[in-house]
Amino acid sequence: MSSTAITPPQPPAASPERRSAADASASWRLVDRLGLAAAWLLGLLFCAITAAIVIFLAVQGLRYLSPSLIWTNPRVGYTQGATGGFLDPLIGTVLVAAIAIAIAGPVGVGVAVWLSEYGRPVALARVVESTVEMLAGAPSVVLALFGILLFQAPALGFLSEVNAGVVFGKSFFAAGAMLSLVALPLVTASVREGLQAIPNHVREASYAVGKTRIATIRRVLLPAARPSVITGNMLGIGHVIGDTAIIVLLLGDTQVLQGVGHIPFLSTLRGTGSTLTSYIFDNAPTGDLNQPNKAYAAAFVLLLIILALNVVVDVFGRRSGELRWS
Amino acid sequence: MELNEPRPIRRLSPGATVSPRPPVHEPSANGNGHAPSQSPFVTARRAARATAATLDRMQVEDLSIAYGSKLAVKSVSLPIRQGEVLALIGPSGCGKTTLLRSLNRLTELTQTASLTGRITLDGIDITTLEPTALRRRVTMVFQQPNPFPMSVFDNIAYVLREQAKRRPRRAALRPAVEDALGRAGLLDEVADDLGHPALRLSGGQQQRLCIARALAANPDVLLLDEPCSALDPQSTRVIEELIVKLREEVAVVIVTHNLQQAYRIADHVAFMYLGELVEYASAGALFSNPRQQRTKDYISGAFG
Amino acid sequence: MYDATSDTDEDFLDGEGGLSQDRRAELGLGALVCGVVVVLLAMLAFILKEAWPSFAHNGLRWFGPGGNVDDQIQAIFTSGDFDRAPQYLIRAWPLIWSTLLTTAGAVVISFVCSLFVSVFMVEFAPTWLKRVLEPVVRLLASVPSVIYGLIGVLVLVPFIGNHLITQHEKASVTPVIQLSGYSLLAGVVILTVMISPVMIAIFAEGLRSVPRGWLEGSLALGVNSWRTFWKIAVRTARPALIAGTVLATARALGEAVMLSMVSGSVGFAPNPADGLIFFFEPSRGLAATILHNTDELNSPPMKHTLFAIAAVLLFSAALLSLAGWAAKQPMKRYFNVGGAAG
Repeated sequence: MSSTAITPPQPPAASPERRSAADASASWRLVDRLGLAAAWLLGLLFCAITAAIVIFLAVQGLRYLSPSLIWTNPRVGYTQGATGGFLDPLIGTVLVAAIAIAIAGPVGVGVAVWLSEYGRPVALARVVESTVEMLAGAPSVVLALFGILLFQAPALGFLSEVNAGVVFGKSFFAAGAMLSLVALPLVTASVREGLQAIPNHVREASYAVGKTRIATIRRVLLPAARPSVITGNMLGIGHVIGDTAIIVLLLGDTQVLQGVGHIPFLSTLRGTGSTLTSYIFDNAPTGDLNQPNKAYAAAFVLLLIILALNVVVDVFGRRSGELRWS
Repeated sequence: MELNEPRPIRRLSPGATVSPRPPVHEPSANGNGHAPSQSPFVTARRAARATAATLDRMQVEDLSIAYGSKLAVKSVSLPIRQGEVLALIGPSGCGKTTLLRSLNRLTELTQTASLTGRITLDGIDITTLEPTALRRRVTMVFQQPNPFPMSVFDNIAYVLREQAKRRPRRAALRPAVEDALGRAGLLDEVADDLGHPALRLSGGQQQRLCIARALAANPDVLLLDEPCSALDPQSTRVIEELIVKLREEVAVVIVTHNLQQAYRIADHVAFMYLGELVEYASAGALFSNPRQQRTKDYISGAFG
Repeated sequence: MYDATSDTDEDFLDGEGGLSQDRRAELGLGALVCGVVVVLLAMLAFILKEAWPSFAHNGLRWFGPGGNVDDQIQAIFTSGDFDRAPQYLIRAWPLIWSTLLTTAGAVVISFVCSLFVSVFMVEFAPTWLKRVLEPVVRLLASVPSVIYGLIGVLVLVPFIGNHLITQHEKASVTPVIQLSGYSLLAGVVILTVMISPVMIAIFAEGLRSVPRGWLEGSLALGVNSWRTFWKIAVRTARPALIAGTVLATARALGEAVMLSMVSGSVGFAPNPADGLIFFFEPSRGLAATILHNTDELNSPPMKHTLFAIAAVLLFSAALLSLAGWAAKQPMKRYFNVGGAAG
């Protein structure tokens, strides 16, 4: 049903005594009229603020963004023109997201499948739900703090740099691992919702032909819930890309990727670096580098990436809505 | 009568107030058409109807309703009288629900709807009234029971609270709530726990609660849009008896696709087809001796 | 959708190895889930264990006021050197007060505004605007906090510092603190803007899921559209209102990055008795304090203090979740309360 009688159609032959229903609000109690006015006012204010933010970021970003920024590395320099771009931070963003989702994706799906399809004993299911919910509410600084100590343990020294017996503890592995905890609740919630939306008769049909539960899950349920899996992963990646606290604390905050060791790819992962978010953080006036122009440019690129992710989520979300079960 | 002959649309003389009931034709054993079977209930009712008086409440005059460019209702004129039950019958898509919804201006909620013609309530054009004021005098009960997610008491009190200038105290509302429940025949079943969640009542009870809610506003006209189609036969019977009792207090207009139901409870019947009012007559006359061929066909089940 | 061509023998209960594969899968998933729980609970236990010394040395006065918290933190850090006795004294009230002020301020303002905006978005806005606002709100909800912080520090903070605070006001508090635009006001404003999209999205989802039959029924009884929506839809969507508020509050509580960029880096407790200046005073919350001091984790007393702050944050988030669950319970009687949204 469409909206209510604020803008009604005029009957074709309007006679003078007829009042449109829009006048109707004039006769409402004052409280109601104020409420309606407040809704309109705040709604339009919200639109204005949103437009202002988006336009401001776009204007400033485009002003300072030049393609060379995207493929040059940060350099030491004295003016904003000489300090290079943010190629390594961009790579860092991608790397960190990849590690985080490589862990959180499968684990999240596994937990969601267990909660939705198994769930026995019930006490364990409650505990799982509660701990994942606790994780969802945990601030990322807390996770970062824990991560620092965890990865400084000697046993995990292989994941980062070890210097004279002291484990540095900050590396892409470390940041990626803690970021996976940020993404995990999102993946779990989305996949679980997708699985629970599948009506039971689908499962019963599969069991009726003699299929095992795990085969049903693998061959029937998960493929059907694929939009939710993708949505959950995209949401997780979005949160991971946007996180700053864990990056700043666990990635070692070197502007350029510094590898550790000699094995080509693993050395990068064991090493330190930065991401777009820590780059922006450092280049803001409150950060060490204080180059606002670069910060605007990087913010714009980051916003575009987030926008792209959101578009993907919207597209898949709409497609899953069209799935029919009859 | 041939199908191509112009069909007379019966205009009722404006200003008619109290009119005596037309005599009722009993369906004859070898009457044409397929008359629904009689029950003692129906016979008794017909006898009682013969002497009751009616009062004109609403007039529909040459009403046409269009959704966009498609006409849903074409030039319909009808009287709606207190003291009788008017049944709108016809196959799906004939416009009967649209006509019903125009009586309390619910059609205005659809943005593409437009309307010509006049509908008056006690002589006043309803488009000159505030929609909210109109809808308090012309209330509606829907096909799917839609009680609010509150207690039984609060469902009825909702209407009463909205009509009062200041928020009435709960104790002050109680007599009015119980009265409405009583008129809807639900009081006995819920009297011991008015705080019971409305959504936990059975389907028939929920629908009677909706009727009680509609009555709590003290309306002049009660509109019912296929109120029993989602209910079991037992609940249907209870509600039909209720409707018949209510017609003395309010004008009742009921849309139904169930011919037997129309036969059981209606005093006047309007048969609509593809937006046109094909035939309007007293129930006895229409079911036993329909004048139009299309009416005959519909009643005999040639189409539905 | 279902393609049977890739089925193997193991997929069937009576196939070769089917039953054992099923059992293994169940055990494997169960082990995975137990592993996750163990890791998370271990993390919780570890944090509490590391936090304990700080609480033990301070008792309940950990939460109270007393002296300059920045100096205390500095003292704690320097006492980490091997040749000194470890110092644990801290009175974290200025940090707690700052967190309370920014969180409560942002949540209250955001709740009211988000409620009206979501009502507008779901019911009263023109159709074209409804279609535009929906994805926009979701996009805003996923913008990283550092970008909000950037706008805050480059636009709002200079505005406050140069245009809202008078020279006279600045001079009046110079001995104590510096009013430079990094302020409580900036923090609350940006935090409100940051958490509103989250609230609006969840509120709107709740409002949209109200059955239209109830709204139509109310309109048909002569109740006007505003009251109908407010009394029926908003009332029915109360579980979503609670869920959205809990989620937004949790996000506000844990916000470190953005607040550290706009609300100042002084452990100062803003004083309401200062009148208008109260809004311009800088401060630093619990989460931002952790962020500020993590370079100094090698000092054991510092480590314990920071973990104590982390424990307070975790505990608050847990309490919040519990409060949300409790608030939903009375509503279950009258209608179906859905699971936590978002």
